[in-house]
This record gives sequence, structure tokens and C-alpha cells, in this order.
Amino acid sequence: MALSGMRGLSVFISDIRNCQNKEQERLRVDKELGNIRTRFKNEKGLTPYEKKKYVWKMLYIYMLGYDVDFGHMEAVSLISAPKYPEKQVGYIVTACLLNENHDFLRLAINTVRNDIIGRNETFQCLALTMVGNIGGREFAESLAPDVQKLLISSSCRPLVRKKAALCLLRLYRKNPDVVNVDGWADRMAQLLDERDLGVLTSSMSLLVALVSNHHETYWSCLPKCVKILERLARNQDVPQEYTYYGIPSPWLQVKTMRALQYFPVIEDPNTRRSLFEVLQRILMGTDVVKNVNKNNASHAVLFEALSLVMHLDAEKEMMSQCVALLGKFIAVREPNIRYLGLENMTRMLMVTDVQDIIKRHQAQIITSLKDPDISIRRRALDLLYGMCDVSNAKDIVEELLQYLSTSDFTMREELSLKAAILAEKFAPDLSWYVDVILQLIDKAGDFVSDDIWFRVVQFVTNNEDLQPYAAVKAREYLDKPAIHETMVKVSAYLLGEYSHLLARRPGCSPKDIFSIIHEKLPTVSTSTIPILLSTYAKILMHTQPPDLELQNQIWAIFQKYESCIDAEIQQRAVEYFALSRKGPALADILAEMPKFPERQSALIKKAEDIETDTAEQSAIKLRAQQQPSNALVVTDQRPPNGTPPPVGSLSLVKVPSMSGNSDYNVVDQGVNQTNGTLSKTDSQPPSADLLGDLLGPLAIEGPPGAVHSEQTAVSGVEGVPSAADAAAIVPLEEQTNSVQPIGNIAERFHALCLKDSGVLYEDPHIQIGVKAEWRAHQGRLVLFLGNKNTSPLVSVHALILSPSHLKMELALVPDTIPPRAQVQCPLEVTNLRPSRDIAVLDFSYTFGTSVVNNKLRLPAVMNKLLQPIQLTAEEFFPQWRSLSGPPLKLQEVVRGVRPLPLMEMANLFNSFRVMVLPGLDPNPNNLVASTTFYSESTRAMLCLVRVETDPADRTQLRMTVASGDPTLTFELKEFIKEQLVNIPGASRGPAAPAPAPPKGPAIPPDDPAALLAGLL
Amino acid sequence: MIHFVLLISRQGKVRLTKWYSPYSQKERTKVIRELSGLILTRGPKLCNFVEWRGLKVVYRRYASLYFCMCIDQDDNELEVLEIIHLFVEILDRYFGSVCELDLIFNFHKAYYILDELLLAGELQETSKKTVGRLIAGQDALVETAKEEANSISNMIAQATK
Repeated sequence: MALSGMRGLSVFISDIRNCQNKEQERLRVDKELGNIRTRFKNEKGLTPYEKKKYVWKMLYIYMLGYDVDFGHMEAVSLISAPKYPEKQVGYIVTACLLNENHDFLRLAINTVRNDIIGRNETFQCLALTMVGNIGGREFAESLAPDVQKLLISSSCRPLVRKKAALCLLRLYRKNPDVVNVDGWADRMAQLLDERDLGVLTSSMSLLVALVSNHHETYWSCLPKCVKILERLARNQDVPQEYTYYGIPSPWLQVKTMRALQYFPVIEDPNTRRSLFEVLQRILMGTDVVKNVNKNNASHAVLFEALSLVMHLDAEKEMMSQCVALLGKFIAVREPNIRYLGLENMTRMLMVTDVQDIIKRHQAQIITSLKDPDISIRRRALDLLYGMCDVSNAKDIVEELLQYLSTSDFTMREELSLKAAILAEKFAPDLSWYVDVILQLIDKAGDFVSDDIWFRVVQFVTNNEDLQPYAAVKAREYLDKPAIHETMVKVSAYLLGEYSHLLARRPGCSPKDIFSIIHEKLPTVSTSTIPILLSTYAKILMHTQPPDLELQNQIWAIFQKYESCIDAEIQQRAVEYFALSRKGPALADILAEMPKFPERQSALIKKAEDIETDTAEQSAIKLRAQQQPSNALVVTDQRPPNGTPPPVGSLSLVKVPSMSGNSDYNVVDQGVNQTNGTLSKTDSQPPSADLLGDLLGPLAIEGPPGAVHSEQTAVSGVEGVPSAADAAAIVPLEEQTNSVQPIGNIAERFHALCLKDSGVLYEDPHIQIGVKAEWRAHQGRLVLFLGNKNTSPLVSVHALILSPSHLKMELALVPDTIPPRAQVQCPLEVTNLRPSRDIAVLDFSYTFGTSVVNNKLRLPAVMNKLLQPIQLTAEEFFPQWRSLSGPPLKLQEVVRGVRPLPLMEMANLFNSFRVMVLPGLDPNPNNLVASTTFYSESTRAMLCLVRVETDPADRTQLRMTVASGDPTLTFELKEFIKEQLVNIPGASRGPAAPAPAPPKGPAIPPDDPAALLAGLL
Repeated sequence: MIHFVLLISRQGKVRLTKWYSPYSQKERTKVIRELSGLILTRGPKLCNFVEWRGLKVVYRRYASLYFCMCIDQDDNELEVLEIIHLFVEILDRYFGSVCELDLIFNFHKAYYILDELLLAGELQETSKKTVGRLIAGQDALVETAKEEANSISNMIAQATK
């Protein structure tokens, strides 16, 4: 067919095709780009035809994957050409080259609007197409009403109206807040009466978008959708051109059924009956035919009908019919149908009462796990994971393990994670669980994250019956010739703790155990060596009577590592060496690890995160939210207070469950006592993160999942307890966030108070990171808002509730965060005067139908405005003396202090930038520290601190704070007090009953601070 | 919705790209590279769906050309598979038994046709006849404009003789 020739373009394309290699092609492209650039430079000499040609060439080059960073202007300018041919090219090339975020598009808005409201139908179409394909927020703001008018105008022909419908869909989908659809329910209902199937198809897509947000508004459309479906299914009044391989528009059928899935229930019995008739007809009447396209089209309709049936929660009979169909599908040869059968069966798991029928197909599904097609294998894995319960866990997990050795690398990680979770959730007995995990490490060690083996250690530690068994297993694996490093870690740990239980068995004497573990030492990395050292120390301790030869061997190793460059290894070597010389006392210090407090498996949490991350907001998902279903996978949402799930092995663990802070404290102290001075190093691998899960609850800082702080976090105003606290006025609202934050918000905040970058908040949809730079009294925080989803987050709002002492300016936060994108919002902070009040970020966004709102404390806290300063005794004491007595110097006896060794207290001070000056105070039980505070009113102000501790009672101390500003002195004193008293979580932050800070240099007589100081 | 449409040859050459979701130039190149590696290596007897970055790519091979459309995870895969076929049938009608060369040299035509079939990542028109009619109408408009331009330049040429 002869096509409108553009000779220059054809020649260029031929040239490219004739290039022998990539290099030649690049040369030719560069030449052409140079040519185009020069031609565009003196634009006057360019005819419209030439301009058109060059713009097409640009697009072609762009399509080949080369950067085209110029000429966008020329493409955009063609849009305003008066003639159709140029305009057409302008619109289409612009839509291909640019995306909605390009600034150039702004230039075209006026022309586009004129074309849309003008009378030239062909121009209208071009403009609507471009806006529909790449229109962004500004287009929505200025064009949405015009587009709406076109859609419902009776004078417009179908070709314009169908484009208007989809154009509106795009604008609405991207910016639902800008496009006003009030009162559109009636209009939509009218549009569904449309006879032209092209317009109807487009309108149906629009309806899907509208109902997915507000199904209750569009009730009147429901019966009409059912009518359309009936009309199509019966093939009444469907023009020939809209049938596809004899099927009346399969696409419109699919879309209509999709729209119906957004209505929660169908109340009208007549409508419901007609719909079920249609569905029954589709379910029964779809046959497999030879023609591929016909087959695909009819099955597209069938699968959508299946989804709709599941959604409507039809009678059991119809459901079993569906499951039977799916059972047939997963066994057919046609790969597409097999894939979809598995996929839909997984969705079917959410429906009650069919799990047992699905289980009958287990063998077939396991076969699919070995399918040559990875897409199908993935579906099979998902389905097996979803259908697993106590009755079939053993079979399924063993299948997964078996498959692990032969599966391809892309799937191994997922496979091992899922096997580990299932093993944990549904273990019939714990020894089986230990077996599974050890096998997992053996077969796919690279993919077994630390979480998994930590979990094994937790279970074994908490279950005495299990300990000898685990030790035997660990010993057996060590005999294997080449084992994974994770296996070395876990077996060394287990044998260190429990090998003495095996002592009578052959090959299990302390010496044997030691030598087989020590064999592995040359092959392991530095992160494993500390674990091995702990194991040696424990072996030594258990060797009774002492074996001198073994002792010398181990001591030699300790001595060797005493000069190791890795601090963790070195410290352990030194300490173990010293300890092991203490003889029998060693047994007390290196006693068995105490039981771990029970908590939700980090593994399962992780899996949930992954799932919510990838799960799209969909009809199915919506339904899952609307109805309580007993799905095993997605809906496993337990309350945030860490109650163990009702199912599975967790309940087998014989540990007093942790119900609150008080319990936690007991455990914490217990551990400290048992392990004495070694509490920090004993058997903890180097980094806190590494054993974070294992020892997390024992760490000194805030309790993970501490009941109190999490609950307040959910209610939105975490840690800002007092409404009377004048500065952080945060209205206590009832919030109905359905989205749970990941991690503890309070903990994240406290971590950020001590460092300058990190994550402030995270939930399945968004992650908010903070990076801060502080200079004197000014700070620049950058908030990183990252959308974790594949669909955009909309209606994003961020408001800073700043206390009066902070001047804060937040840059514009975009309303929409595109999929998988991260936006940065700088926040400028100026500190006017000293105060401990905390700024709050009131943050909300909409995902699907749920509005998520959180009030997050911002780490713009007092210590950020401090700068440590080193003073000598000659500088310190004159200052100290010159600041005499209240209000510049305040003294207070603080009781209820968290007991800390002096060294740690010094570290604590340094961590919030109050610099401890060692040796300045002659009394070794005292600390003297200094820092500089910056604010606009005080400028740089020197602050001096002295803490006198009582070695007999570490829970109280006397603190004196001095500075040249009374408010500063008071605030700093209170601040330090908070850090020292520090009941984790809730009462940190602005202390609830804190006395009102003095507002100026003149202190009112009733100022409690002054009174306090006076009392002392 | 359809996030993008890709036409890739067996050799990995890009023949057409259309993006309905915002991807930057860099991301576009990356996506194409990733998907070429994923799809071109798949054997013939496998299913037409590939799971990719939380989305799904529905693809279909015609001779040496792969037509790919990327959709959301819970979209109807078979429906999209047949959109691909509908597109191919329309191209076939327009070019008269279409081949890869037609699409290489007339890639702009392919864009026009795609714009009548899909809009905003959604299906716009399912009648091959209607799409054909609209494209023919556009071609006619371009032709008339050309003739007009020619006759004007003739008139100018005669007047200046």
C-alpha cells in the first residue's frame, strides 16, 4: 500500500537498517541529530513539511533508545499549527516524547483547550487523545469541565464522545480531587443507555474508575450494567462489527462484569436473578474450541464471570461449579488456561467453604510446580502457599523443599521464605520445624535470611524438650563436607548452648565438638567468628572436669584474636579469655541463655509486608476488606499489640506471654542479672542488626512492639500525650486508619533524635525518610516520600504543626506521588528560642478507598541545636562560678533514673551532643559536661552541666545545669532529665505534667522551676 | 489499565513504544531492556503472561515481532491478549497483510492506529470497521491539505512567471 511518503524519513530509516553494527548506527544517529539541531536553530527557513519530517525522525531516534534532549519545543509548537497534518504530528509526537511531568506541556495548554472547545471535530479528537494519554494535573485543572461537557453533549458524534470519556477517566484517575464528579451518577446512568458500542465501551471503563472510589454513589448504574450484560450475552441488537469471532464484544462483557464487582451486594432480587442467569449461562456455555482467538475471548469472559461469582458469594452449588471448572483448567494442556486456573484458584481461597474442594487438586498443583514455565510455577507456588494448613503442611513443605534443589535461582528466595513461614505457621511438632529449617539452610543457605535461623534458635531455647534433638541435628550437619556459613552459625550456636546434653554419645565429647567446629573457622567470614568464640567459651565452661589440653587450645585461639582488627572479635576474645580464667565462677556468667519473650515472627511480618506491597487495590482486595474471610494469606491482620496468632506452633511455645511494659522490664532486668557484665557481648554477634530479631526485645532502648507506644501510634498522636501542652497542639481525633505502620513509630522517632537520617514512618504504601542538616540555629530537613506501590498515592497532604519556638517552612508537597517514585520535600527550620516542644507532621494520603492519616513527631528536637564543645578546667570553672544560682543555674535531685554505669551515662550525654569532659571533676562518681546551644534569641550560648551520682543508689542523682539564659537552663535541665528517666516510649517526648517553661528572663514567682531550684 | 505497549523484534529491536503511565526516558530504556531479556528468551509453548515488578506483561508473537502490553496484576489477561490480536488485525487490514517492514517504515501510521484503538491505557474502540474508517478519514485530510498546498504553490508559481 502506498502511504503518504516522507522520503527523508524513509531514507533515514533505511540507512539505520543498513548499519552493520551498533557503532555505525550510533554514528548515523549522531549525524542526523546534528542535522536536525542545526535545522531547528534557524527555524525560519523550515517549511511545515520539513518540520514534520524532523520531528518524526526525532521520535524514531528516541524509540531506538537514544537520548533526544532537544527539539521538544518544536514538537510542542506543531500543536498550534493551523493545518491538520502538522497539528496531528505535533500532538502525536508530543504524546510519545513527553510524559505528564514535562514543563513544556504547560506551553500547550491554551492551544489544547482551544482545540477542545473549538468546533473542529478532528482537532477535538487530536487534543482529547493527547490529554487522555499524558494529561497531568494542570490539564485536569483547566480542561476537566470542558471534557465533561463534550462527553454528555448530544451534538457531539460518537468519535468525540468516546475519546472524551477516556480522557476524563485519565484526568479523574490521576487527580480525583480536581475533577468534580458530583452529580455524575445520573449522567453515568444516562451514558449507559448509549447505543454506540464504542462510546459504551469507553464509558464503561470510566464507570469502573468511578465506582472503584465511590460505589455507593452509582447505585443507579447497577441494573443498567446487568441489562447491558444480558443484551450482550443473549446477542441481542449487537451490530456485526462489534462481534469478535462470533462473540458479542467480549471486552465490553468483561468490563461490565468488572464494574459489577465494585458493588458490594445486589439487593434487588430481580436484578440479582437476571445476573445469575447470565452468569450461569456463561459458566456452562463456554466450550473449548479450536480457534485460538475465539477460545481466548470466550475464556476472558468466563474468567471474569468466575471473579464476579466469587464476589457475589453465590450459593454453594454455583461455587462448587466454579471450583470444578478451575480444577479442569489447571489440568489442561493450554498453558494460558492452566496459568489462569491456578491464579483464580488462589483467589478462590478467599471464599469460604471451598478450601476442602481445592485441596483435592493438591497433586495436580504440585505437578504445576514443576512446569517448564516460570509464570505457571509462580502461580502454583502461590496457590500452595495459600492453601496450606495444618492438615497438609507436611506434604506441601516437603514438596517445596524437594523442589528447592532443582528450582531456578529467581525463585529460590521466595520459595525458601515461603517454606520457612509455612513450617513455622503449621508445624505439627517442633522437631519437624527444626528439621525443615536446617534442610532449608542446607539446600539454599544463600536465600535463608538471618531472621529464619534466629527463629530456630528462639524456638530451641524456649523448648527444653527440643534442645537435645536440635543439638544432635546440628552435629550431624557439621559432618557434611561443605556446609553453608549460615549452617556453621546456627550449629555452632546450638552446640555451644546444648552440646553438653550429648556428651555421652560417640563423637560428641567437648573435644570432638570443638574440633569439628574449629575446622570451619578458616572458611567463615568475620561475622561468624564471634559466634564461634562464644561457642568455644561455652564448651570450655561445660567441660567438667576441665580438660587442660582443650583449655590451652581454646586459650590460644582467644589470645590469637586479642589483637584482631575487628572490634567485636577482639572484645570477645579478650573478655572470654579473662573470664575463662575465673574457674568455677565461669559457670554462672556463661550460663544458658534465658528464654526469649514470645513475639510475632519477624518472618511472617516480612511476608505480610511483601504481600501488601505488591497487592494491587482491586475488586478482590476490596472484597477482602469488606467481608471477614478466613483466607490464610492476605487477611492475616492481627492487632498491633503483638498477641501471638491463634494458630500454629507459636502456641506450643511454653513461655509466659508478654502482655505489657511491666513484664518486659522484668525480663530485661533478669537478663542483665544473669549475664552480668557480659550482657552486651555474650553470644551477640557483632552488629545489633544482625541479631536484632533474636535479641531485639532485650535491647536497652525502647521495647519493640511495646503495647503502649504502638497503640498510641495507631491512634495518631503517638507520644504527645498532653493536649494541654501548649506548643504541640495536636487535636486528638478518632482515626480509622486501616493501614498499619510497619515498625514502631516511636522507636523510629527516638532513633532519629540521635542521628540525622533514617526512616520516620513506613506502612505498606509509603515510606517517609528524613535527612537533616543542622547548622547553628538553623536546620534543613528533607522529607523523602516514597510510594512503594505500583499505583499512585493521591491526595497527599502534609501539614507542619510547629511549636511557637520553631519557624518551619515546608516546600510544596505534591498531591500525587507517582508509582514507585520518591519525592523530596525540603523543610526549613529556624529555632527562635529554647524549648523542648516538638513539631508534628500531620500527614495523610489516600490509597484506594482508604484515607490514611498520621501525626508524626519530627526529629527537630533540642539536642539537634546543640554543638558539643571541649572545655579545659581553666575555661570551665570560671564560667561555672560566674553563673551563680537560679534562674541561670538550676539544681535538682532526680529520682527514678534508669540505672546506668557511669560510662554509659557519659555515652548517653555524648549521644545527644552534650560533651562529657572527663577528669574535670575530681570525684570519679561525677560527670561534667558542656555544650553550645543555638537559637535566634540566645545566639550561641554556652551550657554547663554537672551530674553527681551515688554509687550506692544508681536510681537517683543530683544534676546542675547552668547557662546565660534562664529559659535555656530550665529547658535543658528538663531535657536531660527526660533522657535520664526515660521510661521508654510513652512518657518520652514532652513530659506530660511538665511545668510551664518560663517565657522570658523575668521569672514569675510561682514558677515551679524556680520553686524546685529553691527547694534544693 | 495498560501501562505501556511495546513492539520488539526477535533481535531485540524496538519497533514501537507507547507509554500510558509516566516513565522517564531513563526508565523507559531500562524497562525495554529488562523485558526484552525476559520475553524474547521464552520458549514457544509457554503461556503468554510474564509477571514483572508487581505487574503483568501479556505478549504475543507474530512472525518475528513480539507485541507486549503491560497491565495491572488483577486485570483480565486474556482480554488484553485479544486486544493485541485486534490491533494486529487492524494493522493487517490497513497495510494489507502487514509485515515487520511495513511497521518499520510506517511506524507513524502504527501510532495513528494505536491511538484509535487505545486511549489512556484503556480500550477505546473494538470495531475494526470504525477504526479503519477513522484512519482513512485522517489520511484523506492529510491528502487534501497536501493538494491544497500544491495548488497554492502552483498558483504562486504561475503568478510569478
